[in-house]
Amino acid sequence: MANPLKPVDVVLVGFGWTGSILAEQLTQTGLQVLALERGKFRDTVPDFATTQIQDELRYAARDGLFQDTARDTLTFRNSVDQTALPMRHLGSFLPGVGVGGAGVHWNGQLWRFLPEDFVIRSHTEQRYGKGFIPADMTIQDWGITYAELEPHYDTFDYLCGISGAAGNIQGQIQPGGNPFEGPRRRGYPLPPLKRSYPTVLFDKAAKEIGFKPFPCPAANASAAYKNTLDVQMGPCTYCGYCEWFGCGNYSKASPQTTILPVLLERKNFSLRTQCDVTRINLDSTSKRATGVTYVDQQGRQFEQPASLVICCTFAQHNALLLLLSRIGQPYDPKTNTGVVGRNYAYQITSGVDVFLDEIMNPFMGAGALGQAIDEFNGDNFDHGPEGFIGGGYIALWTTGGRPILQHQLPADAPKWGAGWKKAMAENYLKSASIATHGSVMSYRDSYLDLDPTYRDVYGDPLLRLTFDFHPNEIKMSGFLTDKAALIAQAMKPRSFHAIPRIGHYSIVPYQTTHNTGGCAMGADPRTSVVNKYLQSWDVHNVFVMGSSVFPQNAGYNPTGTVAALAYWAADAIKNHYLRSPGPLVHM
Amino acid sequence: MPRRRLYKAQKPLAAVADLSEQSRPTGCDAQKPSGVKECASLSRRSLLNAALFLPAAPLLGCSSSRESNHSEGQEPPPVFAFFTPEERAFVEAATERLIPDEEDGLGARGAGVAVFIDRQLAGSYGRAEHWYMQGPWATGVPEQGYQLKLTPAALYQTATRNVNAWCQKNHGKDFAALPGAVQDDVLHGLESGDIELTDVPAKVFFTMLWNNTVEGFLADPMYGGNRNFAGWKLIGFPGPRYNYSSEIEQYGKPYTLPTVGILGRNGTLLRKG
Ligand SMILES: Cc1cc2nc3c(=O)[nH]c(=O)nc-3n(C[C@H](O)[C@H](O)[C@H](O)COP(=O)(O)OP(=O)(O)OC[C@H]3O[C@@H](n4cnc5c(N)ncnc54)[C@H](O)[C@@H]3O)c2cc1C
Ligand code: SF4
Repeated sequence: MANPLKPVDVVLVGFGWTGSILAEQLTQTGLQVLALERGKFRDTVPDFATTQIQDELRYAARDGLFQDTARDTLTFRNSVDQTALPMRHLGSFLPGVGVGGAGVHWNGQLWRFLPEDFVIRSHTEQRYGKGFIPADMTIQDWGITYAELEPHYDTFDYLCGISGAAGNIQGQIQPGGNPFEGPRRRGYPLPPLKRSYPTVLFDKAAKEIGFKPFPCPAANASAAYKNTLDVQMGPCTYCGYCEWFGCGNYSKASPQTTILPVLLERKNFSLRTQCDVTRINLDSTSKRATGVTYVDQQGRQFEQPASLVICCTFAQHNALLLLLSRIGQPYDPKTNTGVVGRNYAYQITSGVDVFLDEIMNPFMGAGALGQAIDEFNGDNFDHGPEGFIGGGYIALWTTGGRPILQHQLPADAPKWGAGWKKAMAENYLKSASIATHGSVMSYRDSYLDLDPTYRDVYGDPLLRLTFDFHPNEIKMSGFLTDKAALIAQAMKPRSFHAIPRIGHYSIVPYQTTHNTGGCAMGADPRTSVVNKYLQSWDVHNVFVMGSSVFPQNAGYNPTGTVAALAYWAADAIKNHYLRSPGPLVHM
Repeated sequence: MPRRRLYKAQKPLAAVADLSEQSRPTGCDAQKPSGVKECASLSRRSLLNAALFLPAAPLLGCSSSRESNHSEGQEPPPVFAFFTPEERAFVEAATERLIPDEEDGLGARGAGVAVFIDRQLAGSYGRAEHWYMQGPWATGVPEQGYQLKLTPAALYQTATRNVNAWCQKNHGKDFAALPGAVQDDVLHGLESGDIELTDVPAKVFFTMLWNNTVEGFLADPMYGGNRNFAGWKLIGFPGPRYNYSSEIEQYGKPYTLPTVGILGRNGTLLRKG
């Protein structure tokens, strides 16, 4: 029997980016807010000190900061006719664990989605006709507009001290920025990061072709910055140990470097770490949550009563928690009914490796130091002749040259032996890589449910992921890869080769931790789990954060939109829900 | 977000390793036993290791850290924590072909790659301590990733026996005793899967061996490989440095400061514990 505890107003399940944002916002109202985090407490000092964090083996090759698959993993298959098998160790994506979540070890590539991304179905139907969308593609409008989210994107930009060059301020196109972005109310708080040599070559090459390259927006501070909570950040030193690592320098925006110094001082906030939430508890009507059940480090089970439960556990974990707690109807691909687990999506990436004559010093870099073009993202170009939906950005990132996992070799280099060694000696310092970062639409057969066989440490079913790339995405990614190769060629390299994304999706090689869907937001409860305020349609005092609410994935990294949605939802909770708790959208 | 290598499945068959626990002897209770036979052999091994390894690890650390004026040619012979003599001979020979020393001495042998792999297998990585190792077990498709019941430590043990048995049958000698060119053929056969091993899929083992070899060549020297920064010097990586603010815009210029590791400029120091 679980031990009952003293009730709180709000319980946050998971304490990464969204948990920290919600905690900071809701403690402002005087509510008693408790965050339960399954991992350990960690902070810049001592955990990310440069004397120990710059260890590629421990943190990158051995996944030192990420979810422990021995405790919790998922099962995976490409299609419903296969048997899903456990992801026995991490590969394709790297969910975080511990205070700060994946916000500790992200890159800081901070994007906004395009205005059209939020209305993709209606926009596509209007521009290209209904028949343009394949029958099995289940894309839908978000139920929210870019204009509604814009103030909240801005809030996050100024919290993090984003370094960048604005492309569109209140409708005025700005030289040097991304001319395709949605209008922003003001410029970035900091100028762009210093440019690495490969990004300069990319910029020149892209311009020669006629594209409009710009410095990628970065949550790596280009200068000292005092943020909107009065927290001080230091300038990035281009150490090149950014993604997969914590920043020892207070330069990469994370919950630790932007929010926690203020939040942890607030008397009405409390945090319990190494507490794994296993259920959201419901009352006898199943219409209201009474709190959560969690297991602490010693295996003791507790019941934490709360008036409001907010799921901040990262993408697919949110879907798992709802499925285990029986909140919302589970999705069934056979009958195409139910919503929880529906519309899982991801990111489709490809690359072009470039080998140059001069020294590039790839080890100097930062997680979001890159130059990009956006001509082929979203609906920035005419899809009619191409016959696919979606797009992505093409960027040359210089995030670091960590030798085990970040070296490239020409296509004809031997895979091992004396020839491999020679190729390593000749190419490591003189290589760069262009990445494409494409959208993934949602489909009837891409979803999450509970695995019938495999269990986690508590004996609960693992989440089961059924997912593959569809022809639409393979075609779109090939289109982006061809454009990237054009730029590579214009960089006048010794050699270059494209690495297109082909074949089935594989759980093995790292791609991105941009898992989306499973708890889609929307205007229609038959096709969404939460309403436009991220509130459960079924249980009004449960809210769901994170990329789990994306109905499909756009061609950008998710966190800008994840954070903007968190501020948007916090706003609705503070200004509407608390005044009269109940559904914020009436059907 | 993306590392630069997007496709080559370079992500090793590995998961979280709490490396501070490296010196714990391998034992059955520390892992989900991968079969009774395996477990029995590991217990024997842990007894051996308890005697051999525990004093050995600090010794290794001390000899190089306290007497840091060792010249490169005079280091004490490595002490092995996990490998039996047969396994050690195989891994030393195989990694030497994968990254040959040649005249420059900057290869797997000079870099201590076998020492690195030995230490990794003796630790939590070898025990798959952070891998999901619950059944039922099925082969699946390659897209579903590693599905063997064997921990990395057990995979090395089994594969070494199997490879030597194959070499004995086809060439009359253990792998380590074969000429280099024949060893290369065997390695190519494992890589392609053309050689079939009795108990384990050759390709899966080759992938793990190669990934661990690259790790041992290019990881910080405090883990036992990349000794004297052999791998980093070969490619021109200066080591984990903290600040490139004034160099990043010096386009095309070589970076000239000497190589450092997490433990400083002595590339023979080992991590304690
Ligand atoms: C290597 C890497 C690079 C990335 N780079 C970028 C980038 O450049 N740009 C970008 O936009 N995005 C990037 N991301 C994604 C970004 O990190 C996430 O979008 C962001 O952290 C999501 O915030 P969140 O609050 O939803 O999840 P998180 O920040 O991950 O927080 C979730 C927290 O919930 C906890 N938790 C989970 N389940 C439970 C439970 N049952 N009980 C208690 N606690 C639980 C977890 O331990 C974790 O701490 C990257 C991710 C990774 C891994
Ligand atoms: S590159 Fe910059 S932001 Fe990233 S970890 Fe290093 S100092 Fe921090």
